[in-house]
Amino acid sequence: MTDTAVTTQNPTPIVAMTGISITFPGVKALDGVDFRLFPGEVHALMGENGAGKSTLIKALTGVYTIDSGSIIVDGEERTFAGPAQAQAAGISTVYQEINLCDNLSVAENIMLGHEVRTAGVVNWPRTRNAAREHLRTMNLDIDPKSSLSSHSLAVQQLVAISRAMVVDAQVLILDEPTSSLDADEVARLFDVVRALRDRGVAILFVSHFLDQVYEISDRMTVLRNGTLVGEYLTAELDRVELVQKMIGRALAVLEELEEAPKRSVAQRGDTQPYVQAIGLGRKGTIEPFDLDVYAGEVVGLAGLLGSGRTELARLLYGADHADSGEIRVEGVPTKMRTPRAALARGIVYSSESRKTEGIVGDLTVRENIVLGLQADRGWLRRISKRKSDEVVNRYIEALGIRPANPEAIAGNLSGGNQQKVLLARWLATAPKLLLLDEPTRGIDVGAKAEIQKLVADLAAQGMAVVFISAELEEVLRLSHRIAVLRDRRKVAEITNSDDVTTDDVVHLIASGGQS
Amino acid sequence: MSSVMSSAGAITRHRLFWPIVALAVLLLACVLKSNTFLNITVLDGHLYGGPIDIVRRSSVLLLVALGMTLVIATRGIDLSVGAVMAIAGAVALSQIAASDNPESLAVVLSAIGSAVLVCLMIGVFNGFLVAVVGIQPIIATLVIMTAGRGIAMLITGGQITTVTSGPYHTIATGYWLGLPVAALIAGFFFLVMALVTRRTALGVLIESVGINPVASRLAGVRARTIIWTVYVLCAFFACVAGFIRSSDIMAADANNAGLFIELDAILAVVIGGTSLAGGKFSLVGTLVGVLVITTLTFSVTILGIPANAVSLFKALVVILVCLLQSPVVRHKLRARRRAVAPAPVEVPA
Repeated sequence: MTDTAVTTQNPTPIVAMTGISITFPGVKALDGVDFRLFPGEVHALMGENGAGKSTLIKALTGVYTIDSGSIIVDGEERTFAGPAQAQAAGISTVYQEINLCDNLSVAENIMLGHEVRTAGVVNWPRTRNAAREHLRTMNLDIDPKSSLSSHSLAVQQLVAISRAMVVDAQVLILDEPTSSLDADEVARLFDVVRALRDRGVAILFVSHFLDQVYEISDRMTVLRNGTLVGEYLTAELDRVELVQKMIGRALAVLEELEEAPKRSVAQRGDTQPYVQAIGLGRKGTIEPFDLDVYAGEVVGLAGLLGSGRTELARLLYGADHADSGEIRVEGVPTKMRTPRAALARGIVYSSESRKTEGIVGDLTVRENIVLGLQADRGWLRRISKRKSDEVVNRYIEALGIRPANPEAIAGNLSGGNQQKVLLARWLATAPKLLLLDEPTRGIDVGAKAEIQKLVADLAAQGMAVVFISAELEEVLRLSHRIAVLRDRRKVAEITNSDDVTTDDVVHLIASGGQS
Repeated sequence: MSSVMSSAGAITRHRLFWPIVALAVLLLACVLKSNTFLNITVLDGHLYGGPIDIVRRSSVLLLVALGMTLVIATRGIDLSVGAVMAIAGAVALSQIAASDNPESLAVVLSAIGSAVLVCLMIGVFNGFLVAVVGIQPIIATLVIMTAGRGIAMLITGGQITTVTSGPYHTIATGYWLGLPVAALIAGFFFLVMALVTRRTALGVLIESVGINPVASRLAGVRARTIIWTVYVLCAFFACVAGFIRSSDIMAADANNAGLFIELDAILAVVIGGTSLAGGKFSLVGTLVGVLVITTLTFSVTILGIPANAVSLFKALVVILVCLLQSPVVRHKLRARRRAVAPAPVEVPA
């Protein structure tokens, strides 16, 4: 079954994992997986959501205990009782969700546990200097004394890598490091990664962006459903083959999924928009903007990170309170004081931060899916078991949630499946306006295409959709109209057509709407 | 064979296994020491005996722990319960003492009504500080914990108010259908809450808010209202507990009524398997926790443990139960067991 691995010029792997198996309640996360990592290479770990990428990483770093198999690091068999031990052995990890302390300073975050001490007491000036040195190797010119939360996600990501490199790491694991970065920031990150590789650091790289994987990696290991598909040299495996190996389906199926839904001008049966924002704004968050969303159309929001995309959606949902302007729902001025008020008017918002603002981790998939429906009904009228079964099973099947077990703990699911659970939660409330903030971020090709198709279908059935994504291709493929944001301001609005290209949108973003 | 073993394993892994074992051991110790302990006798149509006594004595703690469970499930904590008990007794007894006819049922009921109103207001105040102002629960409820006894003192005028009132005395000492009224009251509210949290969606919404308040709010859950509600409920149950305590001695002691009961209540909740980090809660677990703590207090007298060693004994049992419940210790124990006896090989049928 397993394809033959390729040999390399450097015959001794720094990490060799053999026959790794891990089982969670209700999920066989890894089943006899082999993996090896050589010094001075960037090794991409590929696979769909739930293929076991994150689990394999956590097995290596001692977050999870392996049920069977062996891990050899630097020639010695090791079992790490936790990330601290792994780190002491030279394995540093930067996780998908940034695991830093928001309320500490940049220097404290980088140097935590490695503070420079004089006579047993932390010497803060020297600690900060050391932090500044580490930041410099990342080409990051920020004040080490500044609070971490004052920086963008992208900068926080680089800080997280600086932190990982504080110990002289031989192995650096980057789990989806680019999922919240824009193109420039990715380039900057890759410069750092290449520099580290040239110093002989072994880098394990996980990303859903195929372009990035092909740009940066030397070798890849493909996982599927917790099993090993094979190990390949990046240069010898073309994309089509890779995607086939990841998905394990014939390409025709994939093509069908990938087939772009045809854009067409929305059928505007209604003469008035479902939701209309007039001069809606909030100081320090987003400047007053106008936006109409009609039933049956997809309005894309394009703009860089921090351009106000999320903030705009949050105002429409009542997650934040507007301090100017008004919202009209079907022509009626409406106060959106709470998400609940929006929910009652058929407006739902799926947040870009799955972990902190979406999934309720310790609850089951079932409880997570019916949560929105239940919240709408109030606590007194509990959704019956029968009704909940019906809703949950329908969406598990329709969205292909894996594992297809309503009683699985939602926090144990992979990112993409959590996203689907969230979508299910909102679709179950039969919304009129769906605000989707980065619904495809950090999820695999197959699931991404499924979600895109779903969005197009929902709009075709008459739902109004506001679609936010950092990927302009995606916005262009799905949207009927595109609102362009920049620096917390809506700068332009264009009607989509076959003539509009990503370059046009990039130009609009760059010029701030002044052409 | 292996299925028997694995189901035995499943039982020992149940989070209430060790608390129940502790309860059983304590009861067994009492029986060995005093072989009439388990005897239940009928006197004047009322049931008497060790178990009945434990149940009756549990009622105060059960009520307080009931509210505490809900508060803890929302990631909160309520330190004011003891003070609320003191205030409840002070308001009720002062009003009865001031009336012309302390024996009148109407007087007692109106006194109880006023005390409930006062306590609900305290609950609203606590909930307001936590849910609306956003003060950390431990600080917010510390306000009433310290100020509450002062308020109770003001109400009683610095005295220990004592009254004689038949109807009020019934709350703690009366019997109905052969059972102590206090236990019936606590049992009633326990059942009501068990039904309300599990038959409606309140339980899962409380858990959802406790696990992830931000996500819950964005999902349309009235997170603020729910947090507010649990503090009001907690104050209400503490108020009822305050009636039972003051009815027992027919005195409102502003300084000592319900002193340190918040700690016992928190302990009962934790022994019952509800995490202080919030989220999933178990009212049945809390019931077991309450019984463990009450039996423990009860057993020290039967076992003849010297009075000055009582706290130590209690602490030892509690730490043992908590250790056996801790995931780290369980993991270690299991690993050791596995090392001694290798897992049986599954033979396919």
